[in-house]
Amino acid sequence: MATIASEAVPDRDTFHLIEKDSHDHGQAHASPVLLGFWIYLMSDALIFASLFATYGVLSSSFAGGPAPRDIFELELVALNTAILLVSSITYGFGMLAMDKGRVRAVQGWLALTALLGMSFVSIELYEFGVLIGEGATPQRSGFLSAFFTLVGTHGLHVTVGIIWIGIMLVQVGKHGLNVVNKRRLTCLSMFWHFLDVIWIGVFTFVYLMGMLR
Amino acid sequence: MSAASDHDQAHGSEHGHGSKKSYLVGFALSGILTFIPFWLVMAQPIGNPGLVAILIILFAVAQILVHTVCFLHVNTSGEGGWTLLAYVFTAVLLVITIAGSLWIMVHLNSNMMPGMMSGQASSTP
Repeated sequence: MATIASEAVPDRDTFHLIEKDSHDHGQAHASPVLLGFWIYLMSDALIFASLFATYGVLSSSFAGGPAPRDIFELELVALNTAILLVSSITYGFGMLAMDKGRVRAVQGWLALTALLGMSFVSIELYEFGVLIGEGATPQRSGFLSAFFTLVGTHGLHVTVGIIWIGIMLVQVGKHGLNVVNKRRLTCLSMFWHFLDVIWIGVFTFVYLMGMLR
Repeated sequence: MSAASDHDQAHGSEHGHGSKKSYLVGFALSGILTFIPFWLVMAQPIGNPGLVAILIILFAVAQILVHTVCFLHVNTSGEGGWTLLAYVFTAVLLVITIAGSLWIMVHLNSNMMPGMMSGQASSTP
């Protein structure tokens, strides 16, 4: 089928240096873009570090409002954690399919990953809606401000990842697995797995530690 | 066919995208490392909250390391070790930011607002 392998020349005008496909030459990730994207992710990790620190400082400032134990539903959080973990491995299988040049399989795994991501964001929005309905709004207490900021920022990242997956579905559909798309998919892979790593911190420090408080 | 795909997998694993095995191992380990802390908190088999807190933090650290190796494929050879270097550097800054903020603010609270910390913690509904 459409196993497009136009490795030598990108099929469109490019605004960056033309990359050689490193995969045939036994050298991992020769593109500087991937290292640059990794540095971006590390800076993103520092944003989350400051938000975690803020949450840690404010997490006991209830101002007479609800405490974590009163408002968190651990069943929902466990479900969301499972969804995000499965989405990590579906994306991983997409990358393996990409290595083999299977366009349809890549599209299938990407679409499945996007669906799982959308389920995650939907459940999170449902949780936020329930909390706000109960009066546990961000302006209620320092704890809730920090909670909505930290968890909301993570949810926003996941949303951006879903949009990126949608764009890559179109790109792979139009141009196949050329060098540029492979590089983009590799960056998106790092982004998606990175969000799962951040979520480990969120469910541990926000939800599980909150229930112990 | 299967021999060819096996070759492709080995080929892929050489190039920093991981292999099917690394993803499956990572997934299995992550599942276990997620299930146990949730179970510790939801079923409460251990009565001591402080001990449970330490345990779930250890599980989180272990799972982050599993994700880093199995999913993000950070190792000494990737990008000539630069990804690992940036990762370690970030981890140091992360610990300084979080632990430092907590350290400072706890001391600020205990020195400038006597009674606030313990009063708030116990006045929760």
